[in-house]
Formats: sequence, structure tokens, C-alpha cells
Amino acid sequence: MGYKGLKKVDIIFDCANCEPLEVLKKALAMTPDQIIEQIISSGLRGRGGAGFPTGLKWKLAKAEKSDVKYVICNADEGEPGTFKDREILDVVPSKVLVGMAICAYAIGAKEGFVYLRNEYNFLLKDLNPLIEKFNKNIQNLGLDFTIKMFSGSGAYICGEESALFESMEGKRGEPRNKPPYPTKIGYNGKPTVINNVETLVYCTMIIRIGVEPFKKLGTSDSRGSKVFSISGDTTKAGIYELELGIGVDEFVKEFGNGDTKAVQIGGASGFCVPRKDFKNKIIGFEGVPTGGSMMIFNSSRSMYNVLKDYLEFFAEESCGQCTPCRVGTQQLLKGIEAIKRGEKPSSYLNQLLKLTETMKVASKCGLGQSVQNSFSSIVNNFREEMIY
Amino acid sequence: MIQTKNLVKELVDKHGCSRNNLLPILQGVVADENYLTEKAMVEVAKALDLSSAEVYGTASFYSYLFTKPVGKNVIRVCKTISCKMSGKQKIVQAIEKLLKIKMGETTRDKQFTLIESNCLGWCHKGPVMLVNDDVYSEITPEKAIDIIRDLDPKHLTDF
Amino acid sequence: MSIINLTIDNKKVSIEKGQTILDAAKKVNVRIPTLCHHEDLCVAGNCRVCVVEVEGSKTLSASCAVPAEDGMVVKTNTPKVRNARKDIVALLVSEHNTQCTTCYRSMNCELQALSAEYNIDNNRYLSVLKPNIEIDRSSWSIEKDDSKCVRCQRCVRTCAELQHVNALTVSGKGKDMKISTFMDLPLNEAICTNCGQCVIHCPTGALTERRYFDRVWEAIGNEKKHVVINTAPSVRVAIGEMLGYPVGSRVTGKMVTSLKRLGVDSVLDTDFSADLTIVEEGYELLQRLRKALVENDTSIKLPMITSCSPGWVKFIEHIFPEHLGHLSTCKSPQQMFGALSKTYYAEKKGIDPKDIVSISIMPCAAKKFEANRPEMNDSGYRDIDAGLTTRELGHMINQAGLNFAELEDSEFDSIMGESTGAGAIFGATGGVMEAALRTAYELVTGRDVPFDNLNILPVRGMEGIKEAAIKLENCLPDWSFLEGVELKVAVAHGLINARKIMDQVAAGKSPYHFIEVMACPGGCIGGGGQPIPTNDEIRKKRAEAIYEEDMNMPVRKSHKNPEIIKIYKEFLKEPLGEVSHRLLHTSYKKRNHY
Repeated sequence: MGYKGLKKVDIIFDCANCEPLEVLKKALAMTPDQIIEQIISSGLRGRGGAGFPTGLKWKLAKAEKSDVKYVICNADEGEPGTFKDREILDVVPSKVLVGMAICAYAIGAKEGFVYLRNEYNFLLKDLNPLIEKFNKNIQNLGLDFTIKMFSGSGAYICGEESALFESMEGKRGEPRNKPPYPTKIGYNGKPTVINNVETLVYCTMIIRIGVEPFKKLGTSDSRGSKVFSISGDTTKAGIYELELGIGVDEFVKEFGNGDTKAVQIGGASGFCVPRKDFKNKIIGFEGVPTGGSMMIFNSSRSMYNVLKDYLEFFAEESCGQCTPCRVGTQQLLKGIEAIKRGEKPSSYLNQLLKLTETMKVASKCGLGQSVQNSFSSIVNNFREEMIY
Repeated sequence: MIQTKNLVKELVDKHGCSRNNLLPILQGVVADENYLTEKAMVEVAKALDLSSAEVYGTASFYSYLFTKPVGKNVIRVCKTISCKMSGKQKIVQAIEKLLKIKMGETTRDKQFTLIESNCLGWCHKGPVMLVNDDVYSEITPEKAIDIIRDLDPKHLTDF
Repeated sequence: MSIINLTIDNKKVSIEKGQTILDAAKKVNVRIPTLCHHEDLCVAGNCRVCVVEVEGSKTLSASCAVPAEDGMVVKTNTPKVRNARKDIVALLVSEHNTQCTTCYRSMNCELQALSAEYNIDNNRYLSVLKPNIEIDRSSWSIEKDDSKCVRCQRCVRTCAELQHVNALTVSGKGKDMKISTFMDLPLNEAICTNCGQCVIHCPTGALTERRYFDRVWEAIGNEKKHVVINTAPSVRVAIGEMLGYPVGSRVTGKMVTSLKRLGVDSVLDTDFSADLTIVEEGYELLQRLRKALVENDTSIKLPMITSCSPGWVKFIEHIFPEHLGHLSTCKSPQQMFGALSKTYYAEKKGIDPKDIVSISIMPCAAKKFEANRPEMNDSGYRDIDAGLTTRELGHMINQAGLNFAELEDSEFDSIMGESTGAGAIFGATGGVMEAALRTAYELVTGRDVPFDNLNILPVRGMEGIKEAAIKLENCLPDWSFLEGVELKVAVAHGLINARKIMDQVAAGKSPYHFIEVMACPGGCIGGGGQPIPTNDEIRKKRAEAIYEEDMNMPVRKSHKNPEIIKIYKEFLKEPLGEVSHRLLHTSYKKRNHY
């Protein structure tokens, strides 16, 4: 494990010497394969949370023979504690659009969409004219690609890529069975690359600054840096771009306010790291992965309330189609309430922990599969708080 | 009734009549009529050649596509843990008192509906509320009251 | 088509690419439990009961949804798999109204069977059943009890994929996700055809037919009442499935005996009124052709389309209300029977029609609605007092404590109990068309329809839309205007196919003269009131049994039915005559499309 000290980075929001269209020109001077090769060798993995290698995704989509392909920017940010995509779209939207255009060029797509969560509709008044202008600009550069906005209608699960396609197709945002994966059958049944907002900006910046400056950051499994959304018991709440692979203790030293009891990394579907583990956990795909949500909790906070909050969230935001997730989330919530009220013995927690294992292996999509992350890490580390 | 029909027609003309356009059309109806009336959903079903049940089933999946009456202004207070930690409950109490409604209810004059929302994406600046499309972060009970009063000064000066 | 090889529970399987793990497992007799899966429907992968372990995958795979891959190593019965399955079934049970003792589907419920198989402890989890769920009994045909719903969406897929009606949808999400109608309206206000396909595809008691057998018992027990029952052609080839017989068994004689043993005063045959329908409908078709071809009457609608399937009738009333003129005005056999039972039958038997209780046993849920249509009282009384399903009859036979297998065979009573092979085949898709052609062709030409053994094979079978053409030559003088006409016909079953046929009609591009439509896949043998399960294989076997019935009948043409000849002589006088118009024909109603 490549433990790192905390290092602040300035790639995503850096606008010095970065005229986005110039980056696009640079990309268009390369061949699609060269671009994909660069993204692959950068080691960039998706920044939405799941961490799929971005270059490989592009390569798979490029290999599909289809007249119609799509590039979709997943801006349906909804993980509790995450707000970095909003900030990126607010501050450096052009870099996102360029990332989409580069991808379109690389895989051979003519149409792209930004799927923006409804809660961020206030961004539209700036984004819409920007996209209009951008579309003209890229046409002028000779790239046959058009970007459109698609506004979400309020459903966390639509951040799941196949649910997002369903939603764009005018249906309930219910995740699809996989395989097939989006690079083969995505939006409208066509090969689709769907990338997170932040991922697309890194693509832009890898083309801009080259592979090496990016690659030298982070660890072998978690190359580069990442934008973190920091909230909770901290005096420094906000957006920070940090190198990946940093130790949780370094993180807490920088952002905690001296009384940190736990850090929830990755939101409701992420992991809770208690104080005793700060020293031996790193933030990255080989340690504790995160889409960016970092919530800091002080000693005074009830971890029962934190868990209950997450479970309420899941029980509402599960799409409801598959049994483990729809019923499992309700059972977990009702279960911890019953234990707290003394209606179920504390040993019932073990039953619930087993249930999360079932949810993990048998749920249809990542939502149900990841409930175990927060549940077991909170219950196992703060068992007394659950009971008394 | 005629209005709803025309509104749906306009939206269908603008967005197109394939199923892919269903959500933008429904969003357009909500933007104009606050929620999806039975009539509106039937009109949309006709225009897109779907069953009205399909339109309803799809709409009911999404928290921004109301299938039951709501007020002209929808106040969403973020209920995620970080907002709870920064005093969300006091905001809710202040709004409930001001509007004389409980969470989830609509004022009798149909001006305001108060609901809770999952993470609004402003955790570093909680508590936060969304009034229609506008975000208000780091609010206090007093600020919340001012914001709502500004939306309907005539009606709410009595409070 | 490429063949792939994989291993399931250490057995090697070769299978076509594109098939699922579940398909592959079936091939080597490995039974994987399922719930949301149904042979008739598209893949859902919702319930997760069918999960299996695939080597190299961290999560389990839903075998109904995951395609088999070359070299895959699958294990279907490991501790990991068993634990997950058991947990999933326990979760479903925790969401379920577990009062199985009072459930109509008890002992024929897929959840109950799974729960027993996995020995589920009802106390493993807390109940998350929503309180105060009200049963929707607004529809004459279908009851919806959400407390028993497992959210497998089989009903939703049925309504969409087989019927293209989409009366049912999934609404809400997460813990509030449920199956509902538009705005959660009661079923009688929904755009629903009452076909009951959702009922036979429901794995539990969430969707059932409305039961009327208590009303029948009541009538049987009332000495003042004279109870007559008519049983539809497809009931006799399916009821056995509820009583221990293999699929496709013909148990006509035992069924008649059992009804007599229940105490029914007169056991009569819907096949008789099916024959009558053919005669009336045949003449109606010829009359339409005459008016259209000879008199150039442009108000005459062609093609003429059959009207014996009440699910189809309600469908066209909703979806194609501008085209009701294409429907034959003939009532369905059930309603013809009903109207005659309280007129002709009453008169002949010397019974006051007010004392007659006329019951039908149907493979159908929509027949219940049809019997309750307000206009269906041309006899001066409610023509049919109650329509029961095949399943309800099965329950009644069991309730009566009859040992069905031991019953002797007996014949239908008279009058209105005599029938032909043509009436019998009404029960399978294409049967009405075949029966109509046997009669119409002979009326027009004086000769047998030109098919071996009268078997008009092109209109048989399970293809969604079938067509045939018969050239009319050497016509009798009365029908000389049809000389040389090639009579074009089509048969559609399943409302999704009916819609295709109707789209053509609505566009004015239908090439046919006469079309048969049945709401249910396979026709009545696959009806919404038939035994559960029903699937393609079962439909085929029931259809074969129907055609055996036909072959075993001495008379196989409707117009040759002696009782039909007699009723025209004694009562109706002539086809499409005044009495027929009053009792045997009807009109239709435009309904909401959306």
C-alpha cells in the first residue's frame, strides 16, 4: 500500500494556461487510439465511485461497430455528502464539455448528453448558453458532435448508469440487468460511454498536461488526484483536490477539529472509518474508495443516528424492483429501531449483518450491493451505540 | 382544461412525441401547473401513445414530478445527516410555525408545500433548502422566514 | 447460431449462445427456483430467487437474466447460494400477508411453495407488510389484494407484453413501490379489459378472479330455483388439471357428472350456443358481403370481426372506439345461452324464468364483466346470473367432496345440451374461424369446406396472427354474387396481436373479409380463468385436446346440430330474424382510450 502524506493538488480547477478549446484541438490532432492509449496509461479510474478504468471503457466503446454511439456525462450527483460535481460544473464547465468531446472523438460518437440532477437546475441558466456556444465551436473545429442537456427528475438511483439510461428513455429509473454493459448496449440500446463529471475533466487535463504529471500522483492502484467534498464536524468544510492514497490520519489531522471519532468515506454507500483505524487506512481504491464524500463526525455524534439516516435514505431511494434491496433496506431500518427500543435483542444485529451479506451478493445493482459498506462498518465499530 | 391541453401540446411540439421525451414534457407540465393533474397525464399519454398508467407509473418514480397537488412554491429542506447536524430541525420548526403546516403539507391557500429532501449537495453549507429551483444555504430560522416571506409578502405579513 | 459449453453443478452443458444460465440448467435437469420468471414473459431479474454462483464473480448471478457464456462454471446449490435464496424468500415473506389459511391461492402459490421448500422461519425478520391495505373488489372480474403482492411485476409485463393494454404499472419507488393502475384508481375505472391474464400470471393471491361460487351454492340450495349451467368448450380440457389429471386430459363426461352431483338442475353446453353463434355470425358475414359487394352499401364495415371474446370486445371499445362497426353484432355464446335459458328453455320446460338461475362456467375472467353488462338482460331478466371460472368450478368440486377420478361419465342434459365439433373448437385460437368457414362455405357452395377431414389447419396453432384464403367457386344461386371471390380471413390471439390487426383496419388497409380475435394467448384454452399455471406448452396440450374433442364428435358443423335446426324451427324462425335480433345480437359502447 502506497501510503501518502496529504498533498493538495490543483488540476481540476486550474485554469491557468488552459484554454479548453485548445486542449480539444490538441486532442483532435491525435488519433482516437492515441487518446485512448493515453487515458489507459494514465491509470485514470472513474471518479463517480465505482472506479472502472476510464481508458478501458472508451476502448470497449470504440471497438463496438455501430453508427450511433453516445457520450453521457453523469451529473446526477446524489450521494449524501457529495457536492463536488456541482462545483466543477459551476466553476469549470467547459473542461467537462471538452472531456465529452474528446471522448466522442475517441469512440466515434456524434451525440452527447449531460444528465444533470434536478436539484442543480439553477446551473442551467449558465450551462445552456455555454453548451450552445460550445456546440458551435466544436462544429467549427470539424468535430461532428453535439451536446444536449437532460434534466433529472429527482431519483438518487438514476446515478446508476443503466437507471440513468432508462430515465433518459422516459421510463422509471430502474437499473437493468448486467450484462450487457453500457459500452455494448447503453442509451437507446446503443454503445454508450457514461463518465462522471470529474472523470471527464481529468480526461481533459490528461490530454492537456500529459500522462506523467497525473500518473506520478497517487498510488499504483489509485493514480492521480481526486476532488473531495468535505463536511460534518470540521472548520474547513468545502471542496478540496487531494492526491489519492493519503492516510485517513493525515486527512483527519488536516480537516478534523481535534475530536474526530469517525470519518464516513464515500457517503451512505461508503465506509465508516473509526478513530482506531485512522492510522492504517488509506483513501483510494486499494483502501477506502470514495466518490468524494467525506463526512467527519465528532465524539458527540450518535453513530446510531448516522446509520439510521443512511438507512432511511436507502429505503426511500432504492428503486424497489429487486427483493434484497427493497425489503432489505426496510428490514435494516426497522431492525435497528427495534433493537434500540429493546424490542429485539442485540444479537439481532448479527442477523442484520448477515442480511447485508445477502444484499451484497444478490442485489441487482450497486445500491443494494453497497448498503453493507456503511452498515457493517458502523455496526461493527459502534455496536454499543446501536444498542444503548 | 383547455389550458392543460394546450400546454401539453406546446410541450410535445417543443420536445417531440417519442417516449424519450416523456420526462422533459412532464417537467414542463409541473413547471407550469405545479403538479401533474389526472387530465395532464391523460393528455400526455394521448400525445405519446402510452397508457395513462405508464405515464403515472413513470412520474411517480420521481420526487420532482408530483402526482398529487402541491402548492405554488415547494420548499425542500435537506434532511441528510450533515444538515441535521447543522440545525435543520430548527429551520423546519420555524417554517412549520410560519406557514401553520406540518412537514409534507400544503398551505390552505395553496401557496406553499413543505417537504424534506435527500441530500441537496450543499453539505458544507448546511442547513440548506431549495425553494423551487433556488438554493439557500447556511440558513438560520430567521433567514428561512425572510426568504419565504419575500415570496409571498402580501399573504404572510399577518404572521 | 453458435454453441457454447459450460458446466453447471459439475455437469457439462452445450447450449445456443444467447440462452440464459437458467435455460442451460433446465437442459441438464438442474432445477433452479424462480419467482419473477415466467416462460411467457421477458426477463426481469427482479426477485433474485434464482441466484447462482458463477466462478470468478464476486456477486451471485440471477440465472434467469444472465446469459450463459462459454467456459462458465456455475454452481446452483452452494451454501452461499442457499443462504441468499433463503434470505430472499424470508424477505418476501416478511413483506407478505401470510394468512395463507384464508387465501384463495393457498396450495397453488409460488411463494408458499418456496417458503415451504426453504423452510422459512416467519420470525427471522420483522413484518414490513403495509398496514391497512384494502382489497380492490371494484371490478366484476378481478380482485387485487396488494397485501399479497411480491412485486415480481409479472402482471405488469403480462399486461404490456402479451396484451399491450398497460392497465397495470409499477408506481412509487423504494419501500413505496407497488403495482397500481393509473392514479391507483379502482380496477373498474382503469382502462382494463378484464382478460385476467394478470391473474393467471400472478404467482400469489394478489390478483385473483372475483369469486361467485357462493352465489351458485346459494341458488343450488334454494329449492325454488332452477339452476342451469353451461360449460364452455375449453373448460372440459382444462378442469382436469385442478383435479389430479395431466395437462390436456379430456374429462367432459366426468365434468358433467360432477355438476349434476353438485345439485345443478340442468347441465347444458356452451358448445350449443357456440354453434348458434356460428350460424348467426355466418349469416351476418354473408349479409355484410352482399350489402357491400352487391348493394355497394358503404356503411357496411368489412372486415367483420368476431365478438365472442369479452376481453377483446372491451379492448376495442377502449382502444378503437371509432371502429366498433367492424364487430359482429352477435352476442357471445355465453350471452346467447343466457338469453335463451330464460326464454326458449324456460318456455320449453315450463319454468317461470324468474326462477331460473343461469350460470356459466368459463375459462375467462372477462365473462364475469360481460355477464354484468347492463344491457345483457334481453330475456327480461339478467341473462346470466353468474360467470364462474374453470378454477372456481374446480374449487366447487373439491368443496363438494367429490372424488372426481371415480365419477362415471355422463351426457349433457337437454335441451341446449347438444353440440358439434365446430362448437368445441371455439376454445382454441382459430376455432371460431374454422367453425365459421365450415358452415359459411357449405351455405354458399353446398359442399364441404375443401380441407382434409374439415380440418382447416392454416388457422390452427400458436402463431400470433394467422391468415387463410378460400376461393368460392360454383356457388349456389342465392350466393352467386360471391362467385370467384377469394374469401380472406385472419386470426389473432393475444391483444397485442389484436392491436396489430386493428391498426391495419383503422388505417383502412385490412385485406381481410373476416377476422377472429381472442383476447387471450391461445384463445380460451389459455384464458384468464383457466388453471394456473398456464404457459405455451400447456396451451398447446389443451388445444390438442380440443381438436380431439372435435374429431370425436359425430357432427362437426354447427348448422348440422339437430338442436340448432330445431331451435330455428320452433323459436328463432330464421338466422338474423326478429327474435334473433332481440335476443342474440347486441351493440357496443365507446369507452375512454386513455
